[in-house]
Amino acid sequence: MAVQVLIPTPLQKYTADQATVSLEATSVAELIDVLEATFPGIRQRLCDENGKLRRFLNFYVNSEDIRFLENETTALQAGDEVSIVPAVAGG
Amino acid sequence: MGAEDQLDPNSGKSRSELSALILKGDDAVSVWSERVSVVTISLTPATLSGSTFTGLRCKECGQLYDAGPRHVCEDVCFGPLEVVYDYELIRSRVSRATIEAGPVSIWRYRDFLPVATDPIDVGTGFTPLLKADRLARALGLTSLYIKNDGVNMPTLSFKDRVVSVALSRARELGFTTVSCASTGNLANSTAAIAAHAGLDCCVFIPSDLESGKILGTLVYNPTLMAVKGNYDQVNRLCSEVANTYGWGFVNINLRPYYSEGSKTLGYEVIEQLGWQLPDHIIAPLASGSLFTKICKGFQEFVQVGLVEEKPVRFSGAQAEGCSPIAQAFEEGRDFIKPVKPHTIAKSIAIGNPADGPYAIDIARRTGGSIAAVSDAEIVEGIKLLAESEGVFTETAGGTTIAVLKKLVQQGRIDPSETTVAFITGNGLKTTEAIASSIGAPFTIEPQLASFTEAWERAQAHHAVSSPAH
Repeated sequence: MAVQVLIPTPLQKYTADQATVSLEATSVAELIDVLEATFPGIRQRLCDENGKLRRFLNFYVNSEDIRFLENETTALQAGDEVSIVPAVAGG
Repeated sequence: MGAEDQLDPNSGKSRSELSALILKGDDAVSVWSERVSVVTISLTPATLSGSTFTGLRCKECGQLYDAGPRHVCEDVCFGPLEVVYDYELIRSRVSRATIEAGPVSIWRYRDFLPVATDPIDVGTGFTPLLKADRLARALGLTSLYIKNDGVNMPTLSFKDRVVSVALSRARELGFTTVSCASTGNLANSTAAIAAHAGLDCCVFIPSDLESGKILGTLVYNPTLMAVKGNYDQVNRLCSEVANTYGWGFVNINLRPYYSEGSKTLGYEVIEQLGWQLPDHIIAPLASGSLFTKICKGFQEFVQVGLVEEKPVRFSGAQAEGCSPIAQAFEEGRDFIKPVKPHTIAKSIAIGNPADGPYAIDIARRTGGSIAAVSDAEIVEGIKLLAESEGVFTETAGGTTIAVLKKLVQQGRIDPSETTVAFITGNGLKTTEAIASSIGAPFTIEPQLASFTEAWERAQAHHAVSSPAH
């Protein structure tokens, strides 16, 4: 079994308009590598020029922000759901 | 649903089809010129001779976009988008006199707002700027003002400003259903102004909100989704709904327009101070958007020559139970570590504040501070403002007053500075927060003796609880 990745609308042009993709990865960092290998060009949208995840993008593993987990080294298991969501304001 | 998808009522063609016609040979242009000129005006507000905004720009990387329903830099870095204005056009059009002759609402500043057609005017804005002499004395200040958006119309919080702008723009962009993720006040405002404008409305809140805020949304009969989670989880859900349902979310795909409404707080303070800037402002920080837009409002009035430039210090207030911006400020960081909120100040309980880095930058650049106070201090802040100035604010306002007190005690606000504290919401919406910390009535018989006995007790009680009086 793989992990399910929810792709935000602006990035679906890289995934042939798929809102959800299924990939094999054991950590968030590895997931970025696999995403790039599967959908070339997507890494530069997810990461800044230093290779860090962009600060205005939020990554969630099973609804938990990875900044509350282990950031890029957060482990992934089969069946996990990863969402990528741009930051929003409000109140 | 974008402007491109709307049909021109004259020709029945979409904007993109008509654009294609314009690009064809001379014959096509001559045949279509009359209609095309009409169509261009009705479907491309950014080029309207009447509007002063020209598009959107990424605040991080500068990428330009047209003025559609989008909020992040989709093509490059996912940074937030901001409205771009033609300030020369604004400068040529506005003066102190034209503004003073305008409506008694935020729409007297219409040339500074991203709306191309007649806006939804429900009397939002131009709230009192109260000279707070008794509170100033209690704190050791000499020139303090309260900007009281607790009496803003129609729903008693500053959110009416942002929602009036967002829904005016939503209607122009063709949305028929509007929505938001809210900590309470935004839901009240979106539901009320949608009702007035005849728009369908579905709003999302965390399920643990104060009953006043839930009731104050339901009375307008929107669809209300109470989500079992905190605000950040609600927002994440709404981002996914916005992607798929094609609704206008005031704080998501309409955010660049929505957030501009907060600038009017800055304009009003300048006008109400007699066309002058204050020396120091203090405002509550949730996402950080209000704070940055008050700053932008000040800068714009300087830029177009409406007010003389001078340094203004910006200080921000958070609750200790949700203080990611204050923590980053104190630790000298320029990035935010999200937190999980736990505070009575629910209206400002945003653990992952999108504009936090900008708020920190403004506070540092202007010599201001960002600090946090405990829930007990927030309750004391609510009571202090009520007892000294007759203004009953909600928990966010209590936070602001408590942080103001703290910063004065720490010497971070100069007693001689003209200081403005922004009160953003009304206390009647969060009565739970103070119900156990205020007095009780003296229940008496309808007889003079009963009153006399109770009055003596009251005076004794007053002498004990308020020795300073």
